[in-house]
Amino acid sequence: MSREHILQIKNLDVQYYTDAGIVYANNKINLELKAGERLGLVGESGSGKSTLALAILGMIKPPGGIAGGEILLDGRDITKLDEEETRQMRGREISMIPQGAMNSLNPVMRVKDQIIDSVIDHELGLGKEEMEEMVRYALEAVELDRTVGNMYPHELSGGMKQRACIAIAIAMKPKVIIADEPTSALDVVTQRQVMQTIRRIQEEMGAAVIMIGHDMGLMAQFVDRLAVMYAGQMAEVAPKEGAFRAPMHPYTQMLIESLPKLGAKGEFHGIPGITPLLRDLPPGCVFNPRCPQSFGPCKEVMPKFLEHRPNQWVACHLYENESEPARS
Amino acid sequence: MSELLLELKNVTKQFKGGTVALDNISFSIDADEPSIIAIAGESGSGKTTLGLMAMGFLTASTGSVLYRGNDLAEMSGSDHKEFRKEVQAVFQDPFAVYNPFYKVDHIMEVPIANFKMASSKKEAREMMEQALISVGLRPEETLGRFPHQLSGGQRQRIALGRALLLRPKLLIADEPVSMVDASLRATILEAMDKLNKEFGITVLYITHDLTTAYHVSDYILILYKGSIMEAGDIESIIRNPQHPYTQLLIGSIPWPDLDRVWGEDIAIIDIEEDTSEESRVGCKFAGRCPHVMDKCKVAPPPLYWPDDNNRVASCYLFDDKPVLPGDDVGTLFRSKKVAVSR
Repeated sequence: MSREHILQIKNLDVQYYTDAGIVYANNKINLELKAGERLGLVGESGSGKSTLALAILGMIKPPGGIAGGEILLDGRDITKLDEEETRQMRGREISMIPQGAMNSLNPVMRVKDQIIDSVIDHELGLGKEEMEEMVRYALEAVELDRTVGNMYPHELSGGMKQRACIAIAIAMKPKVIIADEPTSALDVVTQRQVMQTIRRIQEEMGAAVIMIGHDMGLMAQFVDRLAVMYAGQMAEVAPKEGAFRAPMHPYTQMLIESLPKLGAKGEFHGIPGITPLLRDLPPGCVFNPRCPQSFGPCKEVMPKFLEHRPNQWVACHLYENESEPARS
Repeated sequence: MSELLLELKNVTKQFKGGTVALDNISFSIDADEPSIIAIAGESGSGKTTLGLMAMGFLTASTGSVLYRGNDLAEMSGSDHKEFRKEVQAVFQDPFAVYNPFYKVDHIMEVPIANFKMASSKKEAREMMEQALISVGLRPEETLGRFPHQLSGGQRQRIALGRALLLRPKLLIADEPVSMVDASLRATILEAMDKLNKEFGITVLYITHDLTTAYHVSDYILILYKGSIMEAGDIESIIRNPQHPYTQLLIGSIPWPDLDRVWGEDIAIIDIEEDTSEESRVGCKFAGRCPHVMDKCKVAPPPLYWPDDNNRVASCYLFDDKPVLPGDDVGTLFRSKKVAVSR
């Protein structure tokens, strides 16, 4: 395997087994993440992006399960780890910045103790002094005053709470940080400040970031590459430039089209139709019922996820005869 | 002079505990010129309070709210019923407005029954279908279903359809797209635009999202801590903001456009909170403003015309410019011919 990839997801299948049938939340997902890279993961609610994040964190619980494929973190398949090993990996190698900072902190614990809590749990054998040092580092990194460590969550503003959550996530200097809409609850001004902080820490630590969300503006301004999910599958993975300026998958095209831009005022391009249920997917390409460019094979054959342009991977029949794929 | 539909006269709202949510706001809506007016601001700016007061759900601490010239607080029963019909609302949460035990038809059947709008079940059904088609929904895909069987975007458009059913004069939409997927937002905004253009409904679009506000609105009113910072033509304000707060707000938007660099236009003191004492008497933004002067901390600035007749800004940077006659920023939300008479 190549050393430059910190995370490799290969043919990952995640399914939930419910009374109503099997929910295919992730279908043959392929994704690679380089060290220090910022990847955006977008998709509608129910597209499987949160499931993918949970799978990477080793947090898929019954009735869900990983039905196939592998997730390699630094070459090690983390789907094969037992519970204790997964717990040790989480926080230390991969961590998560949660969506609702307001509800993610323990209201009766000081910020400092919440940072230490996860460290103690990992039995790093640190002394009291070293723990204090870790808290100092984490708070400083997220630009919070040292005194904030002694405060309770209700004493903090929304932006400060989100920063406290980031401090917990980065205290052990993980290699991969998953940020699930980290600023969706914040005002624009605070959002920009928090995102700048995440970016600076991530660059300093050399950690890779997976940004989950559906704010395409935030994606355009923050990520290097964009992964677009639709109905449990990867529709397109492309460098930001390719995804925004020359999207290939019809879904990505319509998603980019639907964005409000300066200029083109008063034009609305919604995507007609609704996402299929993940336990009742249409045959062929999952997007074909909503796709304006649907043709012959789309209703019958599932398109392969191929590199149709350099670094631009797309699952769409439109391009399958256009060029020989570089690799499959 | 044409009749004013809704008028807020020097309205201040102070909640128990001392929070001043709205501070001396004057703002009117004309009945004859339907437009979409965005009320924008961050959390705590008072935008939702303004909406609730316009709906008559909150009463002013001082000042008054008038509908067609009648004070909402002193309205007679029949006038009040008329007001309830003519002013409709769509709220943020597309889940909370539905009772999960009823089919979605319920929220449309209730107003039809309350206002005795249909003489038969068939007629009621036709009205509902017509309203749904107008907001871009297929009745056969929506009526008879339970809320959980529909997407957030569909539910939000049914809420718009319900409002349309009553042929309102004014629609107050408080963050109608913020809980809906980005790909479905356009469909709701489009429906809102159609309600305005085809049915002549004035829309108060309350939002923190300036990108969608820009897209759908004709005018904008920017609130900060209960005071108007800048108001007027949306094109002028978004493209060329004059008030330092508006500049900060617009500079902070992450545009989905690779040619724009995030925050490159910002020359502002970046602090998150401002609890300084002077911000309570003078300009609310003084504690964060890079251009702050001594007089900013003494008294709140009036509304100046910084450049043209399209907008006003409450900032002493423009104290050599003329002041808006009267307090009513609503005069800016009518055709530009009216606004020129300064």
